[in-house]
Amino acid sequence: MLKIHQLHKSYPIGDSSLHVLKGIDLNVEDGEMVAIMGSSGSGKSTLLNIIGMLDEADSGDYILDGLPIKNLTEKKAAVYRNKFLGFIFQSFNLINYKNALENVALPLYYQGMKRKERQEKALFHLGKVGLTDWAKHLPKELSGGQKQRVAIARALAANPKLLLADEPTGALDSATSHEIMAFIQQLNDEGKTILMVTHEEDIANMCKRIVRLKDGVIMEDEKVNQVRAQEHV
Amino acid sequence: MFRFLFDRDTWQEVFDSFSKNKLRSILTMVGVWWGILLLIGLLGSARGLENSFNRLFGSFATNSVFVWGQSTSKPFMGFQEGRQVKLSLSDAKKVEENVEGIEFLVPRNQNQATVVRNFLSGSFGINGDYPLLDQVQKKNLIHGRFINQNDIDDNKKVVVISEDAYKQLFEKDEMPIGEYIEINNINFMVIGMFENGNVNMGPTSDMHIPFTTFQQIYNQGDRIGWMMITGKPEYDIKQIEEDAKLLLKNLNKIHPKDSRAFGSFNLGKEFAKITGFLTGMQFLTWFVGIATLIAGVFAIGNILLITVKERTKEIGVRRALGATPFEIKRQIVVEAVFLTIVAGIFGIITGGWILIGLDAAFGQGDDAAIVNASVSISVVFIALVILVILGTLIGLIPAFKATSVKPIEALREE
Ligand SMILES: Nc1ncnc2c1ncn2[C@@H]1O[C@H](COP(=O)(O)OP(=O)(O)OP(=O)(O)O)[C@@H](O)[C@H]1O
Ligand SMILES: [Mg+2]
Repeated sequence: MLKIHQLHKSYPIGDSSLHVLKGIDLNVEDGEMVAIMGSSGSGKSTLLNIIGMLDEADSGDYILDGLPIKNLTEKKAAVYRNKFLGFIFQSFNLINYKNALENVALPLYYQGMKRKERQEKALFHLGKVGLTDWAKHLPKELSGGQKQRVAIARALAANPKLLLADEPTGALDSATSHEIMAFIQQLNDEGKTILMVTHEEDIANMCKRIVRLKDGVIMEDEKVNQVRAQEHV
Repeated sequence: MFRFLFDRDTWQEVFDSFSKNKLRSILTMVGVWWGILLLIGLLGSARGLENSFNRLFGSFATNSVFVWGQSTSKPFMGFQEGRQVKLSLSDAKKVEENVEGIEFLVPRNQNQATVVRNFLSGSFGINGDYPLLDQVQKKNLIHGRFINQNDIDDNKKVVVISEDAYKQLFEKDEMPIGEYIEINNINFMVIGMFENGNVNMGPTSDMHIPFTTFQQIYNQGDRIGWMMITGKPEYDIKQIEEDAKLLLKNLNKIHPKDSRAFGSFNLGKEFAKITGFLTGMQFLTWFVGIATLIAGVFAIGNILLITVKERTKEIGVRRALGATPFEIKRQIVVEAVFLTIVAGIFGIITGGWILIGLDAAFGQGDDAAIVNASVSISVVFIALVILVILGTLIGLIPAFKATSVKPIEALREE
């Protein structure tokens, strides 16, 4: 699914620069579910954003689904993001003046899908996260867990190959976290490749593989026995 | 390319972001609204003034000059200065034949006379006129007709009277046509009655009788009081005036440089001054209106810039979901143009109301200061086109601002 080789990224800080990623090598196969862990500031989000084409690496190779991602125009990047990737953010990032259904339908809008088809599809995905009855509600009328479920539905709407989640459970209590993880595991079961950043060991253990970052390099990369979230709900 | 304009979603997006920022959007639109309002209001008033002016002078061929004899101020060919100059019919004929560019030449005579009818009487200006006068200084006839060639040929004792004269000599609702009135003890039959014009050029003209009749009853001989010359549209009336005067000096043995021998009033020249003033006013109006408009559109641009700044995160999310920079820009430009046009249309409507109000307040009656204050459709159309162009241009600034940062920076924004 994705191949990363000797990826470097630094941020300019005043006159000097902060070297955040110092040569990352990472291969992820189709259908994997990978947790990226590491202390705060270790560069987890930076790595995920580069994978998501929201940011660019300074050097190194990144091949997504056979496509070399380098020097993309913003337009191309937008099209790839729309086609290949789904994002789930810690802070949900729903558009606050659009209701749940409209939020889920948004990626489809940018795919150029017809309104009716879009709404049907969005409703289907809302149904999958159990929020059919909440379709017409604005984000402010939803709980944190519901918001994240809307966000998951939105990430899935465009049927992406790779789901990127930056601390999807970071803003949720543990019960709700497990509920969200159950959904994500189910997606993985259905074949979606998932990369998620997390701080929590128990969440990481619900993935199939844990990659640990330290000082800008991968310190540890291990397969784990997946803990089913369903058992905790 | 422009299919998105017919896409319901485009407008849904515009509507969403409008209803989310209602107050701000409305405040924004006030600037453009005010600019258009000003433009329409001022242009309409200027047009109204022009119309009222045209109505005032409308009965005159405006490229006209009046010439009359005065007294010489230079001795010439054995004549002393101070000689009275009298114009004659043959002078008029020669001018008409020899000066280039003359459309009409109307010789005229005038006298003040006492007019009596039954027990009513008054003092009126009596004019001896040719039918041609009606061409140069249109008479709005309420009843009857103006003098015709028959009247001239037969020295008929007929008279065309003004409405004012009628009011002095006749009872209310009395029909004047066919009635007789006494001018200098001679009976004249009334054949027409005209509406008093708004402006009287030259001596008061209460009554018109045939030129030949005038000659006869006043023993006028060949002499005329003054002549009205109308130039063809493509000729300069000032040149015609000069040529005519020079010829007249020649014919009457007057020093060519004698500037006082003939008096004249060049309507064309006066008219040009006022027309110039009106043109200046229109120019000023456009200038002020468009300047205000531009300021208003800038206000919209400014607000959009703030809006875009506030919506940075939202725009980041949209880009993460696959919106291309072009789609983002397009949306912002559409919003800008939409706001400008809506504000503009409100401006046009309220501007129209103001013109209607002006019309109700100042536009009624014969001596209205403003007549039919209005703007043409083409002005409205031009204003709208300018709005669309300005709206697009001004929308481009926030649009580019919105997509100038990397999506991740937009997303990081709180
Ligand atoms: N735009 C930026 N400009 C400068 N420095 C940045 C920028 N983004 C991130 N950094 C720095 O890079 C380092 C890595 O940041 P990153 O967000 O990837 O960390 P993280 O592992 O996700 O941390 P956390 O667990 O707290 O989210 C941090 O030290 C951060 O301060
Ligand atoms: Mg992070």
